[in-house]
Amino acid sequence: MLQQVVNGLTLGSSYALIALGYTMVYGVLRLINFAHGEIYMAGAFIGLMASQVAGLPFAVAMLTAMAGAAVVGVIVERIAYRPLRKAPRLAVLISAIGMSIFLRNLALALMGPQTRAFPIPFEVKQLHVGKLRISSFDVLILLTSVGLMIGLHFLVQKTKIGKAMRAVAEDKETASLMGISVNRIIAFTFAIGSALAAAAGVLIGMNFNAVDPSMGMMPGLKGFTAAVLGGVGSIPGAMLGGLLLGMAEVMGVALLRSEWRDAIAFGILALVLLVKPSGILGRNLQEKV
Amino acid sequence: MLSPYYYQLLVIASINVIMALSLNLVTGCAGQLSLGHAAFMGIGAYTAGILTAVYDLPFAVALVAGGAVAALFGLLVGIPTLRLKGDYLAIATLGFGEIIRVAILNMKITGGPFGLRGISKHTNLTIAACAAVLVYWTMTRLMNSRFGRALVAIREDEVAAVTMGIDATRHKVLAFVIGAGWAGIAGGLFAHWFRYLHPSSFAFGTSVEILSMVVLGGMGSLEGSVLGAVVLTYAPEFLRGVSPFVSEHRMLFYGALLVVMMLVRPQGLVGEGTTGLRGSKLRKLKVFERFQIGKARHGLAATRKKSGNLKDSTDTCTVKEQVVDLAIGSGAGSKGAGVAGQVSGGGDEHAGA
Repeated sequence: MLQQVVNGLTLGSSYALIALGYTMVYGVLRLINFAHGEIYMAGAFIGLMASQVAGLPFAVAMLTAMAGAAVVGVIVERIAYRPLRKAPRLAVLISAIGMSIFLRNLALALMGPQTRAFPIPFEVKQLHVGKLRISSFDVLILLTSVGLMIGLHFLVQKTKIGKAMRAVAEDKETASLMGISVNRIIAFTFAIGSALAAAAGVLIGMNFNAVDPSMGMMPGLKGFTAAVLGGVGSIPGAMLGGLLLGMAEVMGVALLRSEWRDAIAFGILALVLLVKPSGILGRNLQEKV
Repeated sequence: MLSPYYYQLLVIASINVIMALSLNLVTGCAGQLSLGHAAFMGIGAYTAGILTAVYDLPFAVALVAGGAVAALFGLLVGIPTLRLKGDYLAIATLGFGEIIRVAILNMKITGGPFGLRGISKHTNLTIAACAAVLVYWTMTRLMNSRFGRALVAIREDEVAAVTMGIDATRHKVLAFVIGAGWAGIAGGLFAHWFRYLHPSSFAFGTSVEILSMVVLGGMGSLEGSVLGAVVLTYAPEFLRGVSPFVSEHRMLFYGALLVVMMLVRPQGLVGEGTTGLRGSKLRKLKVFERFQIGKARHGLAATRKKSGNLKDSTDTCTVKEQVVDLAIGSGAGSKGAGVAGQVSGGGDEHAGA
């Protein structure tokens, strides 16, 4: 039982990292970034290339992946979102979907459809605490995720640019009247969200020892579910939602059969949408007329 | 006569026309992005295929049953998601499509990963083309009905539509169910043409292909959906000989097509230029006028009584009042064209005032 909690925490913290990107972009744009799953995939590939081809040590490869994915995220925003800032939602949604399909198939064309193994840059140890088995992966994923989340919290709450992000999320027009460059903040938000997704991509890619072009779809959907569960637009909500979803999935698989793994996430999504669409910590946003 | 190759292309084109038209009703007309349209096609295809191949039912019954089951699933997906904003439907349909694919893959009766075999060939070009024409005709009728105008009003401005007394959720769910049902029928035709079904035919990629057809032709435009379906059915075949890279990676180009169309020509190739994606106030106004005209025509006798009052209060002239005036002015027996002509004039006048 306690073992399941550890597994759930590990899985959940990676979902939380993905969910954070959705929630932050939603906060500033009121839009779901459909290409987020593909940015996660791009991050995993960049990390893989950095450690396999360039032979960089793990920490550097991770940082390269995060920086690379941030660039991809900013480019995506520049091409698919910024020109459509004043267009109706449907147009932005479609261009975002198009971007997601484009990126996935670009990776397919460049890297081929095969699943690549992620070389493990360190010795995997199993820690035994009583009956509990904790691998160094679990420790790494948990520590990295928690570290990144604390960093993000500090960035958003304590720095000037974080304050600007919150202002843009609150009210774009007023923020721009206060001298905040809204476009720059939005691009910055994409960069941060993408970097977090890349970190999740590298961690999960390494944990499952598999990186492939379509790997972004399911975690993308799960990350979204986690964001909705916690309340879209709320950063603590995304962390909570991710952990809860990871727990629910691990518990569900333990109780039911493993084929139901993905159905659990979508069951939760449907339930949240039916009962409390604003999520656990989300604010109920009324549409302004 | 047609060579078998072109005959097959035409059958596929007809099926794609039905798919594009049915998605157009949801995405183009009602403005709700659905990314799992192929899943409804798959549900229809497997239902119809199993009914004829395993239970030996007649083709027509299987076809209708396939459509009905797909529509039922449309209702199940639509009710929780369509109450909310468009993004949720997009994600939910995306997930739903994945779940359906996995479910088909893991079921016994569908043949799982081996596919469903032993379906007899019932679809031919005549049946497929007739079905496409029938769907096109119903779509025309639907779009010129009160229901169709209400959908467009919801797409343009949901809040305004609700204030005009349109039950937005009900209309959206209904459009979604109708779209799913037609996709199911298209699936039945597909099953009885290829005689073999595999879950991968109804995966996310297919949904994207259909969306590309709708977007290329023009969202909300019926002619556009037909054009988009025909062009994107033929283009990969044509390109196969010209550039193998393009046909091998066609999803790459569909993705790029969606982005580029939204940036450059959101109304599509033959869209009216007024549909859905160029949010000008004036055009929104026209949409609502059209909706009100429909209402006015339905209840002319009732509104005629009030027309005196309305004319007096033209200082605070609202769309509704003007439209009622216009509708009455053009006479009870007037046909659509006459009314439409007057309306566009009225719209300009109103915007200028």
